[in-house]
Amino acid sequence: MKSFEPKIIGLFCNWCTYLAADLAGVSRMQYAPNLRIVRVMCSGRIHPEHVLWAFENGADGVLIGGCHPGDCHYIEGNFKNLRRYLLLKRLLKQFGIDERRLRLEWISASEADKLRRVVDEFTETLRELGPFAQEAPLFQAAESPSPIQKSTLGMKEED
Amino acid sequence: MAKKKVGFYWCASCGGCEEAVVDLAEDLLAALEQIEIVFWPVAMDFKREDVEKMADGEIFATFINGAVRLSEQEEIVHLLRRKSQVIVAFGACSHMGGIPGLANGVQREQILDYYYHSGPTVETNGSVEPDPGITKKEHGFDLPEFYRHVRALDQVIDVDYYIPGCAPPPAIVKGALAQLLAEEPPPPGTVLASSHALCHECELNETKPAEGIRIKEFKRPHQVEKIDPNTCLLVQGLVCLGPVTRGGCGALCVKGRMPCTGCFGPLDGVQDFGAAALSFVASIIDSNDPHEIERILDEGIPDPLGTFYLYSLPKSLLFQKLLGRNGKKVAESRPRKEKVEA
Repeated sequence: MKSFEPKIIGLFCNWCTYLAADLAGVSRMQYAPNLRIVRVMCSGRIHPEHVLWAFENGADGVLIGGCHPGDCHYIEGNFKNLRRYLLLKRLLKQFGIDERRLRLEWISASEADKLRRVVDEFTETLRELGPFAQEAPLFQAAESPSPIQKSTLGMKEED
Repeated sequence: MAKKKVGFYWCASCGGCEEAVVDLAEDLLAALEQIEIVFWPVAMDFKREDVEKMADGEIFATFINGAVRLSEQEEIVHLLRRKSQVIVAFGACSHMGGIPGLANGVQREQILDYYYHSGPTVETNGSVEPDPGITKKEHGFDLPEFYRHVRALDQVIDVDYYIPGCAPPPAIVKGALAQLLAEEPPPPGTVLASSHALCHECELNETKPAEGIRIKEFKRPHQVEKIDPNTCLLVQGLVCLGPVTRGGCGALCVKGRMPCTGCFGPLDGVQDFGAAALSFVASIIDSNDPHEIERILDEGIPDPLGTFYLYSLPKSLLFQKLLGRNGKKVAESRPRKEKVEA
């Protein structure tokens, strides 16, 4: 059987992390090909809906990349993102989703090597976690009825 | 002119939406000049058989409140969809799943276990649970299935209009009726309330500080000694979802010194109400230090899912993913359809 390859959506800010990815490219660094990058002007522009939408549409993990604290091109957009990220992680946990599927990293334009390390690490983490669809207990409950349900209750699956 | 036929039905709901119809008071009598009620189980003696005998599309509009969890509810809403030209989701539960939709946060087994075995007031020999396999035809009944999930109405059948609210206030119901009976009804999919956020119509909006709201400590209503009725509730640290919630109710809760909990649902263009609410609440936290932010969240937002998805859990993106994977109809009105390519 082919091993599981996670899909990662990277939401990278235009001024730091995206440039780091650029630098990694021109430096011919190799990193896991599981990442699909979406460039945004600032990590403060990333709405929780973007993250949830990515998960809904098949992403196994979402990597948010922004400038280091204090370095934001728009003064403090990355702090806005930090607050949303911390709250969103709590929400994902309540949904039964492993919080490691959402990752925030501050990566500056010169840190191509950090980008490579983070992407490789994140890919490895997600590989261990398995596909998003199978992991969440809230979702799992929907997929696999316990034997009691079927035999004693006679409840049919609704689909 | 012949009167237009109208029906009402309830699914998983508390009955408040039925009250909302009665709350029209004299206006209901005025409406009855133009409409004729042909089905309303809670108030009138029409049966399912009466609806089955009608021609397809014979009913002009059916107002359905409540979320869908039982097989019986699903059957009847499909029947009503066939018999009605227009289906209106009435109230937060049929609009977005409502309070019953929060049950999607726990498993069906847990619910059955609590109510039939382990609940503190339950006396049982340990074997009794509702069994949809049982048919007592000689007594004239059988039991419906208790589905794994609660769904909003448009996750089961096509819905033409939505009347939001828990429960919809009389002015909203009256306005919606007038819009439906007008010569040019609004485009399908319209939520028949304001298209502005609640703050737009809230009297306390002016009291928001010009430099923006920054909060160091969120509070729940009982933790505030005395809520100031003349200051924006957000400024007082209460989690009021007015900025992301559709208006139209006239800020009834805020006038009663209670923060908005979002029963009117998201504004146009928002796919996930909880995400919008989360984004806005996180944005006003007054700290850039991760540890302090964690502390503010620990103390102030102990239950993000219950706070942000109080009325809309079945319509959340993450839950829709589940419905989609099981081959269920997902709300088709969603504007974005692109899929992430493999």
